[in-house]
Amino acid sequence: MVNSILLAILTMAAVTYLIRVLPLVLIRREIKNKTVRSFLYYVPYVTLSVMTFPAILSATGIVWSALAALAVAVVLSLRGCKLPVVAACACATVFLVELIPF
Amino acid sequence: MKGIFMTPRKTWLMRGLRDGLPIGIGYFAVAFALGIKATAAGLNAWQSTLLSLLNVTSAGEAAGIALLGVGTTYVELAFTQLVINIRYLLMSCSLSQKLAPETGLLHRLLVGYGVTDEIFGISCAVEGHLSPYYSYGAILVAVPGWTLGTLLGAVMGSLLPARATSALGVALYAMFLAIILPPARKSRVIATLVAVSMAASAALTVLCQVLSLTWFTEGFRIVALTVTIALAAAILCPVKEKDEEVQDHG
Repeated sequence: MVNSILLAILTMAAVTYLIRVLPLVLIRREIKNKTVRSFLYYVPYVTLSVMTFPAILSATGIVWSALAALAVAVVLSLRGCKLPVVAACACATVFLVELIPF
Repeated sequence: MKGIFMTPRKTWLMRGLRDGLPIGIGYFAVAFALGIKATAAGLNAWQSTLLSLLNVTSAGEAAGIALLGVGTTYVELAFTQLVINIRYLLMSCSLSQKLAPETGLLHRLLVGYGVTDEIFGISCAVEGHLSPYYSYGAILVAVPGWTLGTLLGAVMGSLLPARATSALGVALYAMFLAIILPPARKSRVIATLVAVSMAASAALTVLCQVLSLTWFTEGFRIVALTVTIALAAAILCPVKEKDEEVQDHG
């Protein structure tokens, strides 16, 4: 079990840094294996999707504000709005929806 | 060879600072929400700040914080970072081709620290070889935005009314959607992948609640689903070279 937050942070940092730096230091030629390339290419989409849903539904005070924020974020993202804009509008949506007395 | 040896270091640094500025501002807002989450999970302000300074990864830190909040092991933490951040491996592989072959070891070690989705995105847009000084410029504005945002979120999060913290809670998820949805619009494979991933994640979450599978933690679910779904997609729909350009980083 984790008994030191500092050690936990250093563990995470070490793994993350090694992932980032090893290819830059060691690999100077391109990865040719198609399956490996495809797997690595798809990973961020799957990870971020899995992390976002259904977790976003319990991220706010009530589920309705989260659902509204999800809808706003999806629409704005699909319209190609920049990252900070999407984040700010989603937050504003939650704030406004939670002003409604249910 | 073009560009890098004809353009002075200072010019590359200024370019990196310029392109990195909007990233730094965006990071600040997202990191603020992360700082609030970190505090809620039991980290103090300095631990939260150190976490952001050393890791510089929204998804990885969010998962780490979630794990620390419910209790975890060092092995589970390390493995979760490995799986969630494995995408940086591909980005760094790609950047290793982008750096001039004669780029020194120290430069490579420093550039590696700043490989995030967004910095990778702007680095790819640079024409010809990438100067390490471009990365340093981007890092010099993006990382302070990320780190100070976390610190302020951790310190001031508790001072904010419950309504405001509730509103900021969705910031990270909104950012993730802003990263994955624009490419999903351009590629049917990615769109399907996103839909399948979310559906599977929801199904597994409900299943774990119904069956009370407490050992099957959120971090574990992220790892299991990512490996399974991404591998299936890689086998069923191998990526063609031109598809990789569809990816729109932040």
